[in-house]
Amino acid sequence: MTPHRTIADREDVLGALMLAPSLGYVILLVGVPFVFAILLSFSDATAGSLHFGWAGLRNYAAILGDPIFLRALKNSAIVTVGSQVLVVVLATAAAQVLRATFRGKRFARFVLLLPWAVPVSLAAIAWTWIFDSTFSVINWTLKATGLMHGWLYWLGDPTLALLAIIIVQAWRIFPFATVIVLAGLASIPQEIVEAAIVDGAGFWRRLIQVELPLLMPVVAVAVLFGVVYTATDLGVVYILTGGGPANTTHVLPTLAFQRGILGADLGQGAAIAVFLLPFLIVVAVAMLRLARHTEVGAR
Amino acid sequence: MAGIEIRNLRKHFGDLHAVDGVSLSIRDGEFLVLLGSSGSGKTTLLRMIAGLERPTSGEIHIGDQRVDGDVPPRARGIAMVFQSYALYPHRTVFQNIAFPLEAARVPRKQIDEKVRWAAELFSISRYLDRYPRQLSGGERQRVALCRALVRDPKVFLLDEPLANLDAKLRNTARDDLKRFQRQIQTTTVYVTHDQVEAMGLGDRIVVMEHGKVRQVGTPQEVYEDPVDTFVATFVGQPPMNLLEGRDPSLPPRTVVGFRPEHFLPKSVFGPADDTRPFRFAVRRVEYLGSDRYVYGSVVEPGAPPSDVTVIAKLPATITLSIPEGETHEFAVPRRALRYFDADTGLKRAP
Repeated sequence: MTPHRTIADREDVLGALMLAPSLGYVILLVGVPFVFAILLSFSDATAGSLHFGWAGLRNYAAILGDPIFLRALKNSAIVTVGSQVLVVVLATAAAQVLRATFRGKRFARFVLLLPWAVPVSLAAIAWTWIFDSTFSVINWTLKATGLMHGWLYWLGDPTLALLAIIIVQAWRIFPFATVIVLAGLASIPQEIVEAAIVDGAGFWRRLIQVELPLLMPVVAVAVLFGVVYTATDLGVVYILTGGGPANTTHVLPTLAFQRGILGADLGQGAAIAVFLLPFLIVVAVAMLRLARHTEVGAR
Repeated sequence: MAGIEIRNLRKHFGDLHAVDGVSLSIRDGEFLVLLGSSGSGKTTLLRMIAGLERPTSGEIHIGDQRVDGDVPPRARGIAMVFQSYALYPHRTVFQNIAFPLEAARVPRKQIDEKVRWAAELFSISRYLDRYPRQLSGGERQRVALCRALVRDPKVFLLDEPLANLDAKLRNTARDDLKRFQRQIQTTTVYVTHDQVEAMGLGDRIVVMEHGKVRQVGTPQEVYEDPVDTFVATFVGQPPMNLLEGRDPSLPPRTVVGFRPEHFLPKSVFGPADDTRPFRFAVRRVEYLGSDRYVYGSVVEPGAPPSDVTVIAKLPATITLSIPEGETHEFAVPRRALRYFDADTGLKRAP
């Protein structure tokens, strides 16, 4: 036994020491690039040289006058909101189903989680086949069942392409959201649900007046995660449509990548990427407020 | 208004027989208490009456309706109060009480009247706009009772509604509950593990153990005339003293039982009293204000000292000094002695 104080006794030093690795990680890999991106957005830097000149707000002025950027901004909003609405509805429904007891429930839960485990790029490639203009299984299925007579050019039509992106983004977040909602459902005290049953509430009244309000904080967290994942995602749009046809399906990350890396205009690319920031801050603050507002001490 | 008729009811969870062949007749307007320790099946029985649990076999009739099959809780004319009260945390007190009426599609105006009437009855009118988290335990309990009351149920089912209250509040809540039940005269089934609650509230008590009914009777019957050694020791605090007597006048393997309050110093009794004397080796005396508990063991002449602890409960009116570590002459009135079979535990004639 050591007679004097060791480092393990000094909680202040120990705390700082244990926090240091993660703090260093965040500063180096999140903080620095973030500050660097903001700096770049005010510069005329290009990918080919080390020259760094001050450009003021010129990059911002340029993109705000650019219809492709404005379209991308709108698409980002549409894709994010659309996919999250879809996710909330589907995840709540799926959680209800997975809560019931049936044979193979564990297997069903496992299968449901699979999309979460598949790398985005692989999944997006699979989806390009599903939406392929010639081999689309959706089209062939609709045709074979006699539900459709024409032909859908999923990734060739701006509206359909955006719909396809929404579907894939929803598919990607859906398992995660379902698991969160399931956990939320499990955290509702059984006695409250039983009280509602005894009080004579049917399935829908129970769902809408008792379970969903109690689920709100949890759903808000799921949506917050979904929004962040979807709004910042590059892979799905990049692989599915590449921003096409004719730059109509770009979202902010793909446009930033195209301009900044492929187009070598680092300054403008950074300016586009920085536009995600206020968008995400607003969403995050709104969601956290909602979560706190609806938070209820269950007892 | 309705009675409840339960016939040979069973509920098995795999190998566990939670309720194992229970038959009960609950009279219209009666306050019936299901008393048992945890795992005795009392809550499962209540949940089957409520329709939250489906019986494995047997019948339940509420009034003249048989309900054990597919009759859902809402169609049984019951209302239930849960141990945690199960108030809806996101709804105000008003909205909580109104919920069952909304579910029954009662018109707005009537809901309003009914909620205010019930809130008045339980003096919680000024809390109607608050949320459950802003209320104390006792107030929440009254909200839960209000919510049960507004449905005009034929039967009240209460699952340990006082268990979450502190001891002081529990006494007043018990009194309120009993008064309220007398007033509305609705058949009530009340589950508890607390025998004081059971004695104080029940018109009749059903003592349960391992899914079976051990005894049904008024509090007095259950206390004074327990059918077996389980009921004798489960009801009453401290429990009934049980001695396997070596009394030659009794049949072999007979257990003699007597309540601690009947076990008093011999000098307390008059010469005309018909008593059974015991030599009582006193180990410890506990002074509790209104009572003294005297712990020790009974010494039988010619027998090795017994290690069965016997308790005497002496009211404060007996001021006789009882030194610890000495042997005293005690006695029990013969009419207060109970006899049980040592093998089956069942009551036996003397």
